[in-house]
Amino acid sequence: MLRILKKILTTGVVTERFSLRSHAAGHGNVDELEQLGIQVKRHIDKKFSGSIAIRQVDAGSCNGCELEIHALNNPFYDIERFGVHFVASPRHADVLLVTGPVSRHMQTALLRTYEATPNPKWVVAAGDCAACGGEFGVSYASCGAVSNVIPVDAVIPGCPPTPLALMKGLLELMSAKK
Amino acid sequence: MSSSNWTTDFLSLLSRDITVTRIDTSPVIVWQIESHAWQRFAELAMLQNLRWAAGWAEQAQNRFLINSCFEKQGEYVLLRASIDDANPELPSQATVYPAANRSERHTQDMFGIRFIGHPDNRRWTRHQAWTENSYPLRKDFPVQGTPVGITAPDMHYPFIKSHGAGVYEIPVGPVHAGIIEPGHFRFQAVGELILNLEERLGYVHKGMEKIAEGRTPESLARLAGRVSGDTTVGHCWAACMAMEQASGVVIPPRAALIRGILAERERIANHMGDIGAICNDVAFVFAQMQFTRLRELWLRTNATVFGHRLLMDRIVPGGVACDLSEASCSLIKKDIVELRKELAEVILALDLNSSLEDRLYTAGFLSEDTAAAYGTLGYVGRASGQDKDVRRDTPYPPYDQIKVKVALETQGDIASRFWVRYKEIMAALHMIEDFIDQLVAGDIRSEWQMPASGSEGLGIVEGWRGEIVCYVRFDADDKIARFYPRDPSQLNWPALEKLVLNNIVPDFPVCNKSLNGSYSGNDL
Repeated sequence: MLRILKKILTTGVVTERFSLRSHAAGHGNVDELEQLGIQVKRHIDKKFSGSIAIRQVDAGSCNGCELEIHALNNPFYDIERFGVHFVASPRHADVLLVTGPVSRHMQTALLRTYEATPNPKWVVAAGDCAACGGEFGVSYASCGAVSNVIPVDAVIPGCPPTPLALMKGLLELMSAKK
Repeated sequence: MSSSNWTTDFLSLLSRDITVTRIDTSPVIVWQIESHAWQRFAELAMLQNLRWAAGWAEQAQNRFLINSCFEKQGEYVLLRASIDDANPELPSQATVYPAANRSERHTQDMFGIRFIGHPDNRRWTRHQAWTENSYPLRKDFPVQGTPVGITAPDMHYPFIKSHGAGVYEIPVGPVHAGIIEPGHFRFQAVGELILNLEERLGYVHKGMEKIAEGRTPESLARLAGRVSGDTTVGHCWAACMAMEQASGVVIPPRAALIRGILAERERIANHMGDIGAICNDVAFVFAQMQFTRLRELWLRTNATVFGHRLLMDRIVPGGVACDLSEASCSLIKKDIVELRKELAEVILALDLNSSLEDRLYTAGFLSEDTAAAYGTLGYVGRASGQDKDVRRDTPYPPYDQIKVKVALETQGDIASRFWVRYKEIMAALHMIEDFIDQLVAGDIRSEWQMPASGSEGLGIVEGWRGEIVCYVRFDADDKIARFYPRDPSQLNWPALEKLVLNNIVPDFPVCNKSLNGSYSGNDL
């Protein structure tokens, strides 16, 4: 137990916080992340009384997008601190975050998940496949872009989109919507 | 090692029963037999302890070629039979090798080939996106298919039923509660105890084999990198290896070393993610937070050094797309030193944690016999005593230059799968250091040569989940005629149905995570 506590203490808080120093490595910028987070939070506070619930639906992805969506919950991004939660049921969701080209075998499942999400709801298509069909396109097995199956409110491109791109995408959705 | 030559003995043994024609023209060893001897071959192969590794078919004019890939002591043999498309049937090998079961069902759905005597010939990959009597991988089937409106749900799949007092069914999926891929699990339970589990996959079938046809080598490499996003390096490497074999292109030594570094980095990233997730599924969040943190740092170095967090499209036909500078090498080495220090602290804390021990030991038990029967691969196989690793048994560059230590456990429980992963991380860290030390100056990409029409290649690499087998055949003009990637998940998924038995339903997530099959890699 002491080891665990010691490791927690020595690790400290790695969550990227609001600061003016810029980050050396070639990934996201700490300022940017924090700025984004704060903007996201502001929108969520205003429109959703403090929190937004996301139901992620893999409609046929290669699982690359899922890895990066997972990363939103790691201690660096910790997206929950901005009021963004991933929920287990579409019944609890404000937003459906859909990845992948929609495989024909997932078409009905996606439609039913959409129907199960209470109004008002938004749909975000995350990743190139969800945006335009990506490497898979439309075929006997794939419906291609998510917008071919359900109405889409925002698109986050990338193969896969980085956690930072996902945050940006969510923010854009919230700024665009009245 | 492939020094012992079992093939000669086996061929002479076979000659009593079966006429085998050796085809030596291709770089792959192909043994062609009459289709009626298909099952007999499997029986003899089983007696000689050959492992069934992969199976697929292809259409050539008015015939179908059926392939099965077998392995023993690191040597691979491709068995082939040719059948007339007017009456496409042959005896099933799944009766002998359970590992061939789903593969034959896939071939049945995609080509309309009947495997006589198959123990379970229900449809597998096909749900309702195409009709029963049409077969997407036949040449006369259009890529676009003939979809009519919304694809209906697969309502009437004949699941196995069980009856009795207190027995109830739990259907789960395809849309799951977490951020994971879609698939359906049908449980039969009594109280909390799992009596039976049946998997129903195929939800993310994206027609990869079909849309690969007609692609250029570069375009195929991109597609292969998306067979399963977490194995982008592994699949891309296997596909490129197969294409290079077909065209006779030899990659430069520097490119091979960089491929090795990419593959080991992918292994480490995924194993760290899995170890954290296994602990998270038994509510031990400390480990999840630590490992997602270490994984994020690791991915950021990927982005800095290679320009992509998950390393997509870094491997290209003929070599690699990115070079490694001196500065990058020292950054990688510095990271490794850091990671070792961190892992030592975190792993010790986990090892000494009794609540974790209580949940992981003995849970999700997979016996050595079951693991062998299903041909389970990678960390799942190695946690149940299956001492297999392509990097050691059939070394390909750059693994032929180093000593590969294979992590092995024999307990067969979730804890074993946890520890195999940890040992593999430690071994992979060493390998990356070795590869960097051996990094020679030179090109990173050989010039592509157009392969002759009809030439074929078989790429076999050890992905982070285990052995990947990838078959490629070229048409004229550098175009792909056939692409078949066999993800290790295809052989590991059936093991999940066995290892959850007699566990409680609430332990299913951790059992599942300990195996962590790819849905996309399985469904294709």
